[in-house]
Amino acid sequence: MRAIKILLIKEFQQIFRNPAILRMILVMPAVQLIIMPFAANYEVKNINLAIVNHDNSQYSQQLVNKILSSGYFKLSINTQSYDVALNSVEKDKTDVIIEIPSNFEKDLIKESKTKIFVSANAVNPSKAGIGSAYVMGIIREFNSAILAQLVQQPKFNNIPRIEATPIFWYNKFLNYKMYMVPGILVSLITMVGSLLASINLVQEKEIGTMEQINVTPIKKWQFILGKLIPFWIMGIVMLTIGMTISYLIFGIFPQGSFGLIYLFAAFYLIGLLGIGLLISTIAETQLQANFIGFFVIMFFNMLSGLFTPLDGMPQWAKYLALANPVTYFIEVMRMVIMKGSGFFDVLPQFFALIVMAIVFNSLAILNYHKTN
Amino acid sequence: MNAINVENITMTYNKGKVKALNGVSFSVKKGEIFGLIGPDGAGKTSLFRILTTLLLADSGYAEVAGFDVVRDMKSIRKIVGYMPGKFSLYQDLTVEENLKFFATIFKTTVKENYHLIKEIYVQIEPFKDRRAGKLSGGMKQKLALCCALIHKPEVLFLDEPTTGVDPVSRKEFWSMLRNLKKEGISILVSTPYMDEANLCDNIALIKDGNILTVNTPNGIVESYKEKLYSIKSQNMYQLILDLRSYEETKKCFAFGESLHVTFKNDLVDLELLNNKLKSNGHENIEITEITPSIEDCFLALED
Repeated sequence: MRAIKILLIKEFQQIFRNPAILRMILVMPAVQLIIMPFAANYEVKNINLAIVNHDNSQYSQQLVNKILSSGYFKLSINTQSYDVALNSVEKDKTDVIIEIPSNFEKDLIKESKTKIFVSANAVNPSKAGIGSAYVMGIIREFNSAILAQLVQQPKFNNIPRIEATPIFWYNKFLNYKMYMVPGILVSLITMVGSLLASINLVQEKEIGTMEQINVTPIKKWQFILGKLIPFWIMGIVMLTIGMTISYLIFGIFPQGSFGLIYLFAAFYLIGLLGIGLLISTIAETQLQANFIGFFVIMFFNMLSGLFTPLDGMPQWAKYLALANPVTYFIEVMRMVIMKGSGFFDVLPQFFALIVMAIVFNSLAILNYHKTN
Repeated sequence: MNAINVENITMTYNKGKVKALNGVSFSVKKGEIFGLIGPDGAGKTSLFRILTTLLLADSGYAEVAGFDVVRDMKSIRKIVGYMPGKFSLYQDLTVEENLKFFATIFKTTVKENYHLIKEIYVQIEPFKDRRAGKLSGGMKQKLALCCALIHKPEVLFLDEPTTGVDPVSRKEFWSMLRNLKKEGISILVSTPYMDEANLCDNIALIKDGNILTVNTPNGIVESYKEKLYSIKSQNMYQLILDLRSYEETKKCFAFGESLHVTFKNDLVDLELLNNKLKSNGHENIEITEITPSIEDCFLALED
């Protein structure tokens, strides 16, 4: 214990003297949490729309106004020629083209049938898909509106109609930030636990202080604990800062208990520090540790359901995601913060995290003995 | 009991491809300064790392203060001081913090062993609040020595402590070592500088993983059996060429301002040589017999 205390004192002296680490712990979560949730947003707005109107009738004008006033679209070009519109797609100034044929109104009234041509730039599939779906929806609405106007209403309305009204549980207004903020918080803590800790350990190897320490009565496990405990503490501090920021800026306050979040964070960080230690046994220099760390974190974040839901992944990717501690912590954070889940609701995730903490730390210790 | 015993230590790297130590044996008596003298790549650092329990030898046996470097690793780590060739203290801690840190991990205090480091520490004390990384090269060496000494080690390992240090600081450093010897600390020190060899009690000349000889500095000089001449003239470059092509010459090395030359026959006719050089256009020729230095001995033993 005495030896660990000495090492901890030394470690904190160094940390408080290192402006880079302090900035990383205090400023990075602030900046990322303030900027990322606004940027990482699935709502598609400002779709650039080109209108090719060959009709210039009252109805076609009404339809165009309805589409433009929906709020999802921005008129990029209003033209008589489809080629001009397509050209503007090529220049990436237009995402969706709507072509209204001549005789749109005439056909609609006389033949009770007409066609509208919608084409979308699918370089960004989600923008194209969502954009054309919006257009379709508006046209359908417009269609039923004129139907009501044109078709004489029967005496009593006996057309069967189903109206569906959804309720969105746990996130009433489909606020995307509620979903993103806990996830981003987790990815930040992941960074401290794995990357920062491994870089710091490798630094001792690189500078040669590790060798100097080895020729002292300090034992290896004491040295390692002395290194990992400060980063465990920093991870917890970072979580606290992050939750404060998400409350102050986004008004996100956990529905569930803080204690549960911290309990999870405590075990999650132990697992992560195992990964950090493992990286440090592989890397010889800080640069190498950095690259390996980035690779691991990239992998973890992408396969964690942070940005893309796990349900959309192929089966093999789901298996990989199951071996990823980030997956579980993000899941738990979202459950506790949004749904107010209790300990027994997240028991499976808790066991998964404990198993992972054991596995990663054992691997790290085995590899540590092998390389030294 | 000897401070260090090394018996037939072999060490290879890259799965046996690179031989670092080739059956090295020597011993260091208690309380002496033992110099390991050899050029870069001779295997000095490998030997230090084996003796300080940082590296396992391929074969052979070594003990430090009576402890086996493999079996009693933990005991050795408590009683030796190690100063690696590369500055390995915490650069972002201050001079004082580094010293305190190393004192406390050895379960002692700076105060308790202050008498050991006093002479050295007073020189860096004015900078005690400066971070170790910001010290000059000589200061760093002094701090590293203080940190290696603060727990009053029985055996002190100094791996090239004076490499890259200015001549004045080097001299100071060696006088400190002599004082430490008085405290009864045994010191193993390595250096590539032959002139420092004379300051040791005993030296081992090492090259390519082989110990060439172990002796006192005087003993090594005395074992030099040939006559050695120092030869000078006004045209040194031409002189080297001429002497090397002279059939009686055994070896000829440039040595500072003069050439050190040995001849195949100790009864070489110097008059004849002088005349021969004159006829080759040399002026101000000086031929004097000299006592060899350690470096001369090293060069002679090398092959």
